[in-house]
This record gives sequence, C-alpha cells and structure tokens, in this order.
Amino acid sequence: MFEITISIISGALICGGLVFFLGAAVGLVRFPDFYTRMHSAGKGDTLSTIMILLGIALYQFHDLFREAHSLEEFFEHFKIELLVAIKVTAISVLIMLTSPTSTHALMEAGYDDGMEPFTCEDEDADENQNGKESAGQ
Amino acid sequence: MFVLMLPVMYRVVLGPTALDRIVAINMIGTKTAVLLVVIGQFFDQAGMFVDFALAYALLNFVGSLAAARYFKRTRPIHHDLNPDSQPEPGAPAI
Repeated sequence: MFEITISIISGALICGGLVFFLGAAVGLVRFPDFYTRMHSAGKGDTLSTIMILLGIALYQFHDLFREAHSLEEFFEHFKIELLVAIKVTAISVLIMLTSPTSTHALMEAGYDDGMEPFTCEDEDADENQNGKESAGQ
Repeated sequence: MFVLMLPVMYRVVLGPTALDRIVAINMIGTKTAVLLVVIGQFFDQAGMFVDFALAYALLNFVGSLAAARYFKRTRPIHHDLNPDSQPEPGAPAI
C-alpha cells in the first residue's frame, strides 16, 4: 500500500512536470519575440524541473518497507535513500535559486542590448503581411 | 523528455538572435541535469548520478551568467539598423 501510494504521488508530480516542460518548449518555439520567449522559458523550465526532481526524490522511498532481516538493515537502507533524496532536493533548491537569477541577468543583457519588445503594431503588421501572403497564394 | 528537448533545440539552431540561443541552451542544460537524475534512477545508481547532476546544474548557472555579462559589456549589435543613432555622450568606449 505504501509503495503504491508513493508511486502514484511521484508519478503525478513527474507527469505534471512534463506537462509544464511541454508548455515551456511550445512557448519557446511559438512566441514572437525575445522577452515573451524568455517568459515561457524562465517560468516553465523552473517549475517543471522542481516538480520532476521532487517526484524523483519521493520515489527514492518506494521500496522502504521491503524484506529487512533486522532493524539495523532497515536503517541502513533508509540512510542511503534519505541521502539521495536530500541530494535531489538540493538540486531542485539550487535550480529554484539559480534559474530565475540567470533569466533576470539574460533579460537585463537583452534590454541593454537594445532588443525591441513585441507590440500591438508589430502584431497588426504581421497580420497584414500574412493576409497579403494568403491573398497572393 | 528527450523528445521534448528537440523543439528547444530548434530554437537553438534557428534563434534569430544570440540571446535566444543562450536562453534555449540554458533550458537544455537544466533539463540535462534532470535527465541525469532520471538515468541514475533507471540504472539503480542514483547516488552517483545525482552528484553529476549537481555539478552540471552549477556549471550551467555559471555559464549563463558569464554569457549575460558578456552581452552587457559589448556594444549593441542592433545599432546598424538605425544609422542615425549616435552613441550616447559619456558612454564608456569599449
């Protein structure tokens, strides 16, 4: 029962992380300019990474109550699994700190570099251009 | 997950500007760290692969920060689009 519960929770976390990663990847391909792409990459990437890593950290304990001959053996397994889970959580905390920082730094660099944000006028121009192209075809 | 890294790779190859490529590479690096942990889980050697992933995440962060610093220091690459614009008076010559 314990194993099934752990597997379901971690599987749900990992699948949710994959959904957010799909959103980030689609946003990175489909969005029109640098700032919106940065928006999708920064948020979707961070959240999906944290969710997948937490799911894996939880999955470390899935066979905690397997056959153990003594209490010391049980604690031996538990220590190893706890160490790996703490390390995976440390990676997720590290990414939670560093990913927004690097996103902010890259955004500032892009702003200093003179990137123009995508505005409504660009959208109208794009639509007119697309209309002309489809009319030409 | 590897399949989902392919559209990000598309942005790396076709990115209109260099910063787009750097953002996409940053995302791929983060996902590579996660993929290392998943691979370790598959081969029942999670303890070893987790250390690799930790080092990779740190290196990725340092790399993207270095790229951001580099692009802040160089002069804008888009000034040739607008030839009338003069560099600001008092701007440091690089």
